[in-house]
Amino acid sequence: MSTDLGVTVAPTAAAAAATASVAAVSPLPGVPKPDPILVVDNIVRQFGGMTAVNVPHLEVQRGIITALIGPNGAGKTTFFNLITGFDKPSSAPRLIGGPKSDQAARSMFNGRSVNNMGAAKVAQRGMVRTFQLTKALSRLTVLENMLLGAKDQPGENLFAAVIKPLWAAREREITAQAEDLLQRFKLLEKKNDMAGSLSGGQKKLLEMARALMSEPTMIMLDEPMAGVNPALTQSLLGHIKSLRDEGMTVLFVEHDMHMVRHISDWVVVMAEGKVVAEGPSATVMDDQAVIDAYLGAHHDTDLGDDSLLTDEVAEELAKEVELENRTEGDA
Amino acid sequence: MNEFLTTLTAIAASAFSPSTAALAIAAIGLNIHFGYTGLLNMGQAGFMLVGAYAFAISIVAGIPLFPAVLIALVAAAVFALILGVPTLKLRGDYLAIVTISAAEIVRMIGRSSLLTDITGGSNGLTGQSYRGPFTDLSFLGDGQTTLGPFTYDNTGSNGWWIRLVAWSIVGILCLFVFLLMRSPWGRVLRGIREDEDAIRSLGKNVYSYKMQALILGGTIGALGGIIYVLPASVQADSMGRSMTFFVWTALLLGGAATVFGPVLGSIIFFALRLFVQGVAGQFVPDSIMNGQQAEQFSWILIGVVLMLVVIFRPQGVLGNKKELSFNVN
Repeated sequence: MSTDLGVTVAPTAAAAAATASVAAVSPLPGVPKPDPILVVDNIVRQFGGMTAVNVPHLEVQRGIITALIGPNGAGKTTFFNLITGFDKPSSAPRLIGGPKSDQAARSMFNGRSVNNMGAAKVAQRGMVRTFQLTKALSRLTVLENMLLGAKDQPGENLFAAVIKPLWAAREREITAQAEDLLQRFKLLEKKNDMAGSLSGGQKKLLEMARALMSEPTMIMLDEPMAGVNPALTQSLLGHIKSLRDEGMTVLFVEHDMHMVRHISDWVVVMAEGKVVAEGPSATVMDDQAVIDAYLGAHHDTDLGDDSLLTDEVAEELAKEVELENRTEGDA
Repeated sequence: MNEFLTTLTAIAASAFSPSTAALAIAAIGLNIHFGYTGLLNMGQAGFMLVGAYAFAISIVAGIPLFPAVLIALVAAAVFALILGVPTLKLRGDYLAIVTISAAEIVRMIGRSSLLTDITGGSNGLTGQSYRGPFTDLSFLGDGQTTLGPFTYDNTGSNGWWIRLVAWSIVGILCLFVFLLMRSPWGRVLRGIREDEDAIRSLGKNVYSYKMQALILGGTIGALGGIIYVLPASVQADSMGRSMTFFVWTALLLGGAATVFGPVLGSIIFFALRLFVQGVAGQFVPDSIMNGQQAEQFSWILIGVVLMLVVIFRPQGVLGNKKELSFNVN
């Protein structure tokens, strides 16, 4: 694999396989997938009288990049918080007066139930998330930030902590792993700087790298491209693709339509707390529900940043449009 | 000039007095809470008082020295557990409210006349009633020793023995904190100080770590309480709200999140006050400021110094400048 991930690479075998794995899935909200890694049912979250999220059923296919899009206030981040354990569904089973068992919130990750599980436990199961507003640990060095992400550290036990020989070996192991990742994300020369001194974009990279330290099976990125300049966006996209190519499942929330089309294999569209559409990235934008709910009258306008439209991207878009026209012709 | 020398000697004597060591120990405990984990414990004096009472009452009840110390530490741990269970899942300020009131509750119970048989009520427990087993351990023997300008009893109530033990404990605790904070455990604590949610998203049980920190810092505070009462007596009012703020002042002066900051801060805290009183007593005529006023003035000055430190050098005397090169939100 090329180490220089800043440049857009031609579709890899993994990308083709990812696209193929969901090719036969019909684009309907809540549709079953052939090999789901995450299955959630009856996820409802109410704030007072307002229902922020109401998702009866959703499956996320293993090994592909799934984008979660929707207008502001659609409940994407709330939904994210609910499935990662940072918030509790209103429909969660309760001891007294909870919902009926067939209407209670359920979530399965990797074949195991993660119902009602705290955020830390969900993360330990291999579903690691990042945040929309980056949470770099400012007064820790970049390397310390990275090391915090690693799992199975004997030195994190109070009683073992005082005796260095008990944890020194694992520490060396994860330091090497952290340096590899920092190298890959081009932060290695910053490893001894305080994380607070990094730029906004570097903090995003650091947060992603830190999440990878735990070697997750699924990584959930909450608006990874928010507030990042176009050049860095390209490199972030490269990183996200390479995660998929390594066999990781990626679920991310994003606003930027071009980015979504560019890298996602499957798109889930939310509006007003509900999943209104699902489908392959190439075609989901044509769904009437999406146009109504999300794109509105402006679906023909470029919502993204024009500066991102390099010739290469434009060419790809043209190809996509051609493909769309052809599929429409077929239908 | 001779008087000035006396002042300097008094300052030096207070710098290594047992109460300075006790304050330093309590500040080391608070440093684990606030400096490393970001827990706002506004009732460190409560932990000291719990430790002091548990220790003194156990000894009075005839329990040997080391089991009595153990009982004091366990009592402080239970106290921390009770305070932590409902508050550590909430935002930080709730712990502050609960600790400040819990410390007051302990003080009020301690001085309550209903418990005079056990706690001695507002008169407290006299030093002689519980000091015996501790002084019996001394290998320094009887008599007095003079070291430079300092002459103390070898073993007596406020002599070399308590100084030796108190400062050894300070040293051991500094080493302990150093070892802890360079470990991955300490790294998790500092991560929690920066952002709990980020640490949670990395699969660490934040609640458990905060509880461990609260208990550890609280038991160290209890140890400080024991040292504080050994040369004196257990009196609820001597470890009230003002004691909590002395500990905070010492911590912030010296530098939170540093190993030696709390120790240096405690020394500065005592020395600065005596220095101001000494200088005022010598150079300011009584018509302008008498001795009592000078003492009050020294407290005012401590407050001003604390404000100046927090505004202009928030990392304290020993703090890391690098940590301030950017704004922490």
